[in-house]
Amino acid sequence: MAPTLPPPRLLPSGDSAVTVEFSRTIDDAANERVLALDKALAASPIEGICETIPTYRSLLVHYDPGKIGFDALGEKLLAIARQPLPPSTKARRWRIPVAYGGEHGIDLEDVAKALKTTPDDIVARHSGGDYRVAMIGFTPGWSYLSGLDKSLHMSRRQSPRLFTPAGTISIGGIQAGIQCLAAPSGWHLLGRTPVRTYQLHRSPTFLTEPGDRVTFFAIDHKTFEELDRAAEAGEIVAEQVDA
Amino acid sequence: MSRLIVASIGPASSVQDGGRFGAQRYGLTVSGAMDRLALAAANTMVGNDPFAAAVEIGPFGATFTARDGAVRVAISGAPRNADIAGKPVAMDTSVTLKDGETLTLGFARGGAFTYLAIEGAIKGEAVFGSLAVNARAGLGSPYPRALQAGDEFTVDAASGAPELRIDLPKPASGPIRVVLGPQDDEFDDANKALFLGSDWKISATSDRMGYRLEGPAIEHLHGHNIVSDGTVNGSIQVPGNGAPIVLMMDRGTSGGYPKIATVITADIGRLAQTSAGTAFRFKAVSMAEAQDEARRFAQLIRALPDRLHASDVVELNVEALSDANVAGYAVSAMDAGTWQVTAEP
Repeated sequence: MAPTLPPPRLLPSGDSAVTVEFSRTIDDAANERVLALDKALAASPIEGICETIPTYRSLLVHYDPGKIGFDALGEKLLAIARQPLPPSTKARRWRIPVAYGGEHGIDLEDVAKALKTTPDDIVARHSGGDYRVAMIGFTPGWSYLSGLDKSLHMSRRQSPRLFTPAGTISIGGIQAGIQCLAAPSGWHLLGRTPVRTYQLHRSPTFLTEPGDRVTFFAIDHKTFEELDRAAEAGEIVAEQVDA
Repeated sequence: MSRLIVASIGPASSVQDGGRFGAQRYGLTVSGAMDRLALAAANTMVGNDPFAAAVEIGPFGATFTARDGAVRVAISGAPRNADIAGKPVAMDTSVTLKDGETLTLGFARGGAFTYLAIEGAIKGEAVFGSLAVNARAGLGSPYPRALQAGDEFTVDAASGAPELRIDLPKPASGPIRVVLGPQDDEFDDANKALFLGSDWKISATSDRMGYRLEGPAIEHLHGHNIVSDGTVNGSIQVPGNGAPIVLMMDRGTSGGYPKIATVITADIGRLAQTSAGTAFRFKAVSMAEAQDEARRFAQLIRALPDRLHASDVVELNVEALSDANVAGYAVSAMDAGTWQVTAEP
C-alpha cells in the first residue's frame, strides 16, 4: 500500500501549538498517518510537548514555547511524519449495540424514504459497516467514524436540531458518529446506544480511542432499557473483540 | 474551617482555575480562567499556587460573607468598587473578612472578569486535575455550573498573615497581536488585509466559549466548510457569515471553520477583558516575536511573588494589629509618615 499523499505541512496555530496536516480532505490514508505520528510521539515523547489531538487529517500538537521553539519542534515533527508507516498493529474492535428506529432513531424512516429503500435495509447497511474511530471531538466522547457505506452518504439536515439525546447513533455527509452526551446536531438520527463512550468515575473514563475499529449490532428497545441501566451503573456494555 | 457564602452574584460567574488539560483528544474542553494573569495575581497575594481554583466574577456585582471564622481573600482583574461595611478595599490587594463580615463588589468598570482568590484555595473534586467549571459539559467542582446566591465554599480559616498588594505591570495597550494561520491560505490578500486593517468590536452575545466580532464580513477563498481539525485558545475562526469568532476557554476541541489567525498567549487575557462595543484592532506578529512574548508572559507569572508589597491601607493594618493585641506597641513604634490612608495606590 503506497498512498499518494502530499508531504505533511506545518500550520502555525498560535505561539503554543502547531498543526501537522497530512491532507485537506477526509482520507483514510491521511488519518492513518495522523494516528501513526500520534503513536510515535506517545512512544518517544519530545520534551516540551504537552498534549496531542488527532483529527481526520491532522495532528494538533500543544507545546510549551519555554521548552522548545516552533522551528526546532517543527523539524522534529516533520522528520517523524515523513517516516514510512510502521506495520499496522492489531486494533481493538468495539461491537456497539444500537436500538434502531422509533423514538430512539427518529430519522430512520425519513432516511429510508430519501434513499428509496426500507428502514430494515438502512439498519442492515449501517450495522453491516466496518468503521474506524477517526477522531473524537466537539463534546466529550463524540466519536467520528470513517467507513460509512457509500449508499448512506447524504447531506446533513437543513436545520440542525438544538437537542439530540445522549447515545445518539447518527450519520452526516460521509461520516457516522457515536454521540455520548446530549448535544445540538444536524446529523440524521438512526438509533441510540446504551454505551457511554465517556463516563466520569468509570475506568476507563473514555471508552474509544482514535484508531479503534467499530461495528454495530441491532438490539430491541427492551434490551436497550436493560443495558442502559447496566451502563448507568458503570458497566461498559459494548463488546470488545480483537480486530 | 471557615465558610465563604456567596450572598449574591451576577450571571457568568463560576469557579475557574488554570484549566483542564490532557483530555482534549477525547473532546474534553479545557475551560479555565479567561484572564490567567489576574487569576495568578489574586492567588499569589494569598499564597496559593498561581493557577489554583478561584471565583471568576462576571461583569455584574457580587457579595461574599464569612461564616464560622475569618476568611482571607484577594481580588484582581477587571477593576470595580469593593468594600467591607463601607470601608473601601483596593483592587490588587488581599483582605481578611472577619466572621460575619461581607465583601461587596460592584459592577466591573471596564473589562469583565474579576478574580476572588481565597487563602488555601477553593476545594473540590478535580476532574483531569481541574475544578474549572464547564457548564455545558456539567463539569466543575464544587458546583458544576454558574454560581448562584446561597452557594458556599468550605475554606481554610484565615492565617492572620499580613495583608499584601501586588504591583502589576500596566496592561499593554494597542492592537491585539495574532499569528496568522493555521488556515490563512483560505483567505486572499485583500481579505487578510481587511481582517488586519479594520476596527472590530466584541458582540454582546459573546461568552466564555467564543467572542463574536462585529466589523466587515471576511470572505473565504474556497467556502467556509473545511474538514474539522483541532482548535486552541485564541483561534479566530471565520464562519459562513464572515463574522470572525475568537475561540475562548470553553471552546469545542475541534471545529470545521477556517481559522485565519490565532491570538498570542500574552494577549488573550487582554482580549477577554475588552468590553463589548469597544473598538480594537488586530496586528500580525512573527512566530519568533509571539514566542518571545509567551516566554515573557510565563516569566511574569512565575515572578509574581516578587511584586508583592505590604498593603498600605491603614485601617486594616490597625485592626489586624488591634486583634493581635499589640496595636499599642506597633503603632507607637512606627513612623507616622509611613502610614498612608489611601485606598487606591
